[in-house]
Amino acid sequence: MVRKNISRIYTALIFIFLYTPIVVLIVFSFNNSKSRGNWDGFTIKWYIQLFSNKEILRSLYYTLIIAIVSSLFSTIMGTFAAIGIYDMRGFTKKFALNLNYLPVLNPDIVTAVSFMVLFKMAKLELGIVTIILAHITFCTPYVILSVLPKLKQMNKHLAEAALDLGATPFYAIRKVIIPQIMPGIVTGALLAFTLSIDDFVISFFTAGKGVSNLSIMIYSMARRGINPVINALSTLMFLTLMVLLLIIYKRSNKEEAQTIEN
Amino acid sequence: MKTKFTKSILLSLFIVFSIFTISGCSDDRPTINIYNWGDYIDPEVLDIFEEEYNVKVVYDTFATNEDLYVKIKQGGSSYDVIFPSDYMIERMIKENLIQKIDINKIQNIENVDERFMNLDYDPDNQYSVPYMWGTVGIIYNKNLVNRPLTKWADLWDEEFKGEIIMLNSQRDTLAVALKKLHYSMNTRNIDELEEAKNELIKQRPLVYAYQGDEIKDSIISEEAAIGVVWSGDAVAMMRENPNLVYVLPEEGTNLWFDAMVIPKDAKNVELAHEFINFMLRPDIAAKNAEYIGYSSPLPKAIELLSDELKNNKVAYPDFSELENTEIFKDPSDMLQEYDRIWTEIFSSM
Amino acid sequence: MKLNKHGYFYLVWMAIFIAIPLLMVVYFAFTTGDSQSISSFSFSLENFKRFFTPMYLEVLNKSIQLALISTIICLLLGYPVAYIISKEKIQYRNVLILLFVIPMWMNFLLRTYAWLTLLGKNGIINFFITRLGFKPLDLLYNDLAVLLGMVYNFLPFMVLPIFSVLTKMDNSLIEASWDLGANKFKTFMKVTFPLSLPGVISGITMVFIPAVSTFVISSLLGGNKTYLIGNLIEQQFRYTGDWHFGSAMSIILMVFILISMALTSKFDKGKEGDGGGLW
Repeated sequence: MVRKNISRIYTALIFIFLYTPIVVLIVFSFNNSKSRGNWDGFTIKWYIQLFSNKEILRSLYYTLIIAIVSSLFSTIMGTFAAIGIYDMRGFTKKFALNLNYLPVLNPDIVTAVSFMVLFKMAKLELGIVTIILAHITFCTPYVILSVLPKLKQMNKHLAEAALDLGATPFYAIRKVIIPQIMPGIVTGALLAFTLSIDDFVISFFTAGKGVSNLSIMIYSMARRGINPVINALSTLMFLTLMVLLLIIYKRSNKEEAQTIEN
Repeated sequence: MKTKFTKSILLSLFIVFSIFTISGCSDDRPTINIYNWGDYIDPEVLDIFEEEYNVKVVYDTFATNEDLYVKIKQGGSSYDVIFPSDYMIERMIKENLIQKIDINKIQNIENVDERFMNLDYDPDNQYSVPYMWGTVGIIYNKNLVNRPLTKWADLWDEEFKGEIIMLNSQRDTLAVALKKLHYSMNTRNIDELEEAKNELIKQRPLVYAYQGDEIKDSIISEEAAIGVVWSGDAVAMMRENPNLVYVLPEEGTNLWFDAMVIPKDAKNVELAHEFINFMLRPDIAAKNAEYIGYSSPLPKAIELLSDELKNNKVAYPDFSELENTEIFKDPSDMLQEYDRIWTEIFSSM
Repeated sequence: MKLNKHGYFYLVWMAIFIAIPLLMVVYFAFTTGDSQSISSFSFSLENFKRFFTPMYLEVLNKSIQLALISTIICLLLGYPVAYIISKEKIQYRNVLILLFVIPMWMNFLLRTYAWLTLLGKNGIINFFITRLGFKPLDLLYNDLAVLLGMVYNFLPFMVLPIFSVLTKMDNSLIEASWDLGANKFKTFMKVTFPLSLPGVISGITMVFIPAVSTFVISSLLGGNKTYLIGNLIEQQFRYTGDWHFGSAMSIILMVFILISMALTSKFDKGKEGDGGGLW
């Protein structure tokens, strides 16, 4: 019992450590003063200003578009690539895996810089396309790394049987493989989305005219002081995502319970 | 069941996405692309411009002159109006990155104070039109510092250990040390730079932090007592905390300008001229200067400012006070030297 | 199975967006000239010579030290949490582990800014300290603050892979160990921990790499008094404009990381040469 309590307290402490800064951010989004340090009374004016601040709304729009498109695309590409790599042999497999590891192991500043050099040499105009290409590229390896372990746990014979029975590879993937590795795909997609939303360095080096996501804007805003409207926006985004996640979680729990019953 | 649910999520994401895309491109007015410092314009001014000229403004921001330089130099972004500072304008002219402005299209140029025209960085104002100007100085909290500060050398006083915030900028911080030693901040003499380096190494234990613009928050919230800041920031900071005092150090300081220029690869040159001319309209310039707190170079605009700002000696000092100032020159061939010195300061334990 | 062809599209993609750009960085590293006009480049080892001087090596050394310490702290803090959570009932443990991912949805820069509010001289922590009658502490702008920032930002990367390995672990092995008379501690040391090594190694990798290459944390929480290799690289690309020297340092950092990861994975006997699972 004592041991149980100790581990409860320990876990609680870790979560306090993780969430204190977030609570501070949320609390300060209701701060009347524009300055970060001083508490100067309660207000919701930043939330009201948020809806008339075009610049911030536009970067929110780009943040979401970039995150949604690149996580969708990298999830699809990553899943198929993982299935492909899983089925490769020998040198090709090793090569593919190591290539896949490169962006994970590379410091993001190196990846960012190399993208910038590439786009410049290819004479691509920097903008939404380049930033999405870059995001897809650095998100996909994480999708693959979350799907691969599930593939290894999967019952290989089922897919083989399907193929032997005349199923096309695509049909086998859709009906046999994907359902088995779904948890890995979902984790991968979530991860890709999170990485894309949270990225600053790579976006910064690959964004162009008219396109800036929240990270880029916060960073350039820092020069003249962070506008508390950003705190308000982050609070809203954070709560929305949290609610969304809770709903998904509730749904999937229910479904799990149902499948067990059936 | 599960796949159905996944499908519905995907579908809803797709719908959200397409709504965004559709709402994003339902605009066929002519577009002007502007690239400016973060939080350095009154957003309402942009709205007025959009309305009066029936155009669409796409507005992006950057954090340092060097960020701006990299973006412009690498090309492909084609902004129509950008806002570099003095030495960066010099460099951009040298590297052929910006184009000449057709002065006939900028009638409002006559509103600009003569003092701010034809400066060294652009001798005949062929390329640039002043936007804002200011000085660099020491800001301190008179409640936390027991004597008035007057010179850069005060920043080396042991008594203020852990209270000083310096700028995290090679150029500006080296300039402070050079000025303390009574050298030119544009010096190309390696010995003088080495001396400045040693001064900064000596100062390092006294410094609380080297910051960019977080410095404003730190000083306002009395996190530290003394800082090196730009005059426009000082105005904003003193509005928030009345205990703050801004001084121009005796040894002399930096006078700087931010100006509007048109990059070589601008797509809408005509509109760029109209925008620059618009920004020089006294009512617009006054509205803008009131909002950001930096000093406008247009006497007619200054007249329209609130009394509080108009009489603010930090934003609008007597010109006699500005005699002992220097404008930065383009240092591009000295950059490696600056970089080495800067790294030596921070790798010396 | 004939599924491997699905991997080739990805290989082509990676060749274009990872291999070619990296080769360009290598090319920059071994040349000098005006960064902006390729035709002026000439082959040179100058950039590397310049790096291997005491000044720059000291910066690299400092970065490695801080990254190592923060990795160790993350491991010491993260392993027990991952272990405790993995022993919870399924429906709780999934929520608990999600709680480690959620903070990442608050922008990274903002989260780090929030620590300024907490640690400052007049910050929230010092407010409580002075209320209790103690003298305020210098918490911000030193190496400890940088370490804290690293641990805070990268702890989830340690917990997630360890958790994922622990939950997949075959419980019958642990039971067997008990049956054979081993106590809890011995079982943990001889069975659980060795089996969780792949997760530990993934965790170490995922924490060490961003920690050794960060420039934002040292800049915001270290007050730029602590200069790390990431700051040096950023400086070259963003301020000095010497892409060649910046590329050379990137390559050095990359090679260093790849070598140390190759060495670490030697300890990971369970790995079947397929990269293992990060999550």
